[in-house]
Amino acid sequence: MTSHSPTVEEANGTAGADAAPPLFYQTEADHHDHSSGGTMLGFWIYLMSDALIFATLFATYGVLSTSYAGGPAPSQIFDLSLVALNTAMLLISSITCGMAMIAMEQGNVRGTQLWLAITGLFGAAFIGIELYEFAELIHEGATPMRSAFLSGFFTLVGTHGLHVFSGLIWIVVMVIQLGQRGLIIENRRRLMCLSMFWHLLDVVWIGVFTFVYLLGVLR
Amino acid sequence: MSAPRPYANSHDRGQGHGPGHGPRDADGHRDAPPPDGGHGHGSRRGYVIGFLLSAVLTAIPFWLVMTGAIASVQTTAIIVVALAFVQIIVHTFFFLHLNPRAEGGWTLLAFIFTVIIIAIVIAGSLWIMFHLNSNMMPMDGMGM
Repeated sequence: MTSHSPTVEEANGTAGADAAPPLFYQTEADHHDHSSGGTMLGFWIYLMSDALIFATLFATYGVLSTSYAGGPAPSQIFDLSLVALNTAMLLISSITCGMAMIAMEQGNVRGTQLWLAITGLFGAAFIGIELYEFAELIHEGATPMRSAFLSGFFTLVGTHGLHVFSGLIWIVVMVIQLGQRGLIIENRRRLMCLSMFWHLLDVVWIGVFTFVYLLGVLR
Repeated sequence: MSAPRPYANSHDRGQGHGPGHGPRDADGHRDAPPPDGGHGHGSRRGYVIGFLLSAVLTAIPFWLVMTGAIASVQTTAIIVVALAFVQIIVHTFFFLHLNPRAEGGWTLLAFIFTVIIIAIVIAGSLWIMFHLNSNMMPMDGMGM
């Protein structure tokens, strides 16, 4: 689509000096304030399909969550204060990501980079804490092989962690690209996708800390 | 004068997809973002409100479970789940900026579709497997 637009604009400049074409531009522009058009809608549909992946993993975990096979139960192995800390990391990274988007809107390259870097740091803290938690669990013998409950747990939480890790790579790439090219239209589009991806991971995490950790400890 | 026709058409079509028409405007002049970009990608105020709501909606369930403030486990569980749903909605609107106008309503439609599928997949799996488990229980006991 990117390659399409310039030709259109060019055509406007040369042939369409009449009043008619700009009319289209104005009316549409007012409605589509969020328009990166096909890309944004397509990325949104990707996010929805990603949500479906998590839905199946949540369903699997839900079915297996009481199959301890004589192994540890959630209340014995989950450390809620650690989870609370982790949740805070991800939540804070969500608003710093929002700040990056606002800096982008203002055309502030440095600010966008800075907020993205902060977002990345909180995301990295999240991954670090999660890996620490996993290491502790495995150290205690609560490995994915121990019971169906633990298999489901590691698959669900691990998949979310992998997504966050991908997001971190994406953030690093975007900081570099911003440094090289600035806030060109392609980078803006990528940043908008990145921000949506990051926020969706936060939404998924709400499900994880509620259904896996909090309800697990309650049970 | 027949030439502008197709252009006008493709223009019309291109607008639907036109990657970041808004951003392109913003590139040119700094005063463009406030009028339309401002509420397209969320304002600072929107993010702050969303964040504060989210923080409260996270803190309450953790506090409830960690302190055991409510004696009844079932009541606690219901409150925790309800707050999670509220928080998911807060995030969807304040951070993901889902609204009926974006992309001509297609994002909202895709979202509703996904929510329905998620509900069917999760509720259906739990329901079926719960019944399967309770039906298999006697045999399980005998087998052991």
